[in-house]
Amino acid sequence: METRIRSLAYVLGDNIDTDQIIPARYLVYNPADPEEYRMFGRYALSGVPTERAGLPDGRIPFVRDGEYTSDYQVVIAGKNFGCGSSREHAPIALNAAGVKAVVANSYARIFFRNAVNGGYLIPLETAERLCEEVRTGDVVEIDIDGCLLTNITTGKQYRLRPLGDVRPIIAAGGIFNYARQAGLVPNQPDSSSA
Amino acid sequence: MGQTLTEKILARAAGKARTEPGENIWVNVDVLMTHDVCGPGTIGVFKQHFGPTARVWDRDRVVIIPDHYIFTKDEKARRNIEILREFAREQQLPYFYDVGTERYKGVCHIALPEEGHTRPGEVLLGTDSHTCTAGAFGEFATGVGNTDAGFVLGTGKIWLKVPPTLCFVYEGNPPPWITAKDLILATIGLIGCDGATYKAMEFRGDALAQLGAIAADFAGTAVNERGVRFNPLIEERMTLCNMVIEAGGKNGVIEPDDVTIEFVEERMKAAGTYRPYEPLKSDKDATYEAVYTIRVDELEPVVARPHSPDNTAAVSELAGEPLDRAYIGSCTGGKLFDMIAAARILAGHTVKIDTYVVPATSEILQALDRVRLNGKTLRQVFEDAGCIIGPPSCGACLGGPLDTLGRLNEPLRCISSTNRNFPGRMGHKEAQVFLASPLTVAASAVRGAITDPRELLP
Ligand code: SF4
Repeated sequence: METRIRSLAYVLGDNIDTDQIIPARYLVYNPADPEEYRMFGRYALSGVPTERAGLPDGRIPFVRDGEYTSDYQVVIAGKNFGCGSSREHAPIALNAAGVKAVVANSYARIFFRNAVNGGYLIPLETAERLCEEVRTGDVVEIDIDGCLLTNITTGKQYRLRPLGDVRPIIAAGGIFNYARQAGLVPNQPDSSSA
Repeated sequence: MGQTLTEKILARAAGKARTEPGENIWVNVDVLMTHDVCGPGTIGVFKQHFGPTARVWDRDRVVIIPDHYIFTKDEKARRNIEILREFAREQQLPYFYDVGTERYKGVCHIALPEEGHTRPGEVLLGTDSHTCTAGAFGEFATGVGNTDAGFVLGTGKIWLKVPPTLCFVYEGNPPPWITAKDLILATIGLIGCDGATYKAMEFRGDALAQLGAIAADFAGTAVNERGVRFNPLIEERMTLCNMVIEAGGKNGVIEPDDVTIEFVEERMKAAGTYRPYEPLKSDKDATYEAVYTIRVDELEPVVARPHSPDNTAAVSELAGEPLDRAYIGSCTGGKLFDMIAAARILAGHTVKIDTYVVPATSEILQALDRVRLNGKTLRQVFEDAGCIIGPPSCGACLGGPLDTLGRLNEPLRCISSTNRNFPGRMGHKEAQVFLASPLTVAASAVRGAITDPRELLP
């Protein structure tokens, strides 16, 4: 597990729901197919209304037209990030676009769970209104073990909440690896069973 | 110290005497449901981790209900249904409700109880956030992603954090123009769309025995060829539980009573899905994190404005807001109760704006021809009013492929009996969606502007 992440930040507001993260019309792609998986990156965050895409100024595309990955590997948002549907395509879209961590005031439960169990990205929480402090395009550095986010551009530092009891699952790379370590699922896919 | 219904169901499913909120436990799953949008990914996860020839943990406990992208020419959408078909064949799954066959149902959350897959006291997981709907039957029901569902397919187990329970007590006798949709919108407006995050919402109170009054005279009408009877009260309880996710809730739940038992027994027997189950109830001295009391006899119809279900207002505050479109459908507002409620308003009127009526399931679509209002079938009422009736599926509730009937392909102003109005939910990301009860949607369709249903109720 990467414990230090340095990247350009992309900033969003409150209640970014799963339809904004990946609009429903793109759910026809099958994430189990590697070629189609890339398509989720292409359309990641494409449902965010233009004026609010990349705060505070807006009108900043998360993924440039025709590209599959984003220049921003850290997303900063307000409260209730990932609310709405249970589609795992949402953390998948961010992962496919290259996002390593999201820092938000709070998460909707299913998004948080999917992000952790699928091992797609690290969902970090903070009590501070980072979405009003950081500007899209600032360089930030996250120190996961130190529970600290530094805005390299401004020099300011912010506290993050510890990952708590999901840390071992994130460190294992998702629920399957975690469960394998605990002996809950077989070590190798068993192709001999009928 | 006593336990809430949610705590008791989870404790039993984990093989424990009791659980505490905040505890992480491994739970045995009774039913896993998936559909065409999340099924292919779930199957992919299952095969990747358990091997290409692995078998599901229990084929009688896996239910597959394609419902999202059905009536579209989109090739990938059709391919996804083919993936489900192939998996159902390979695993010999008895509960696959295939598209284009007699068995095709429509919206999964309504199909589950129709086909007798909801049982008090059980644990139901689904790859869809509105799986919480089934809490209306006194079970623990919640939505999960593909990875969790893939894990359950292989093991029958899931880890869950036991949620604390918020208790909502609805007191008083709801007037006929107040539906469960108004109750739940008012509740979401009260606590906000993250007000129940990580929490269970338990609904109680004497009003829960009196919901559905506007369709009460149809109670007991046979709705399908199996002779199963219409139950407006149960449908309204489903609407309450359906939208707990719009408050961020993990699950919604209503204690099972005689009505619940009668309903699930009738459905299971008709569908041939009977298996023993054990209902549970909250202890008298259960500990709730908070208790809210809501008087329903004083409520006005509620509307949620764009772009969030908690952006609520009384209908009178918004009366006259111009609209371009009305939509009646989905797991929230596309049940037979919703059809009857809308027809009550629409009978004898014509709509001023494009109005789509999309029954949630094929059973409900058929009921449009069986149920009569003042001598006319519901279908005639809708057609005479100028509505467009669509085939049963999720339809434009979530936008979907561009050729989906009723999808907001332009930035229109739409009033809808569905459950979400975040930007882009029904299609265009600059469209404005107002959420309301089927009565309010129908009244607004007649006037072409937001209208209090009391003005049009006969
Ligand atoms: S009807 Fe709408 S809310 Fe219900 S399952 Fe379908 S898409 Fe989801």
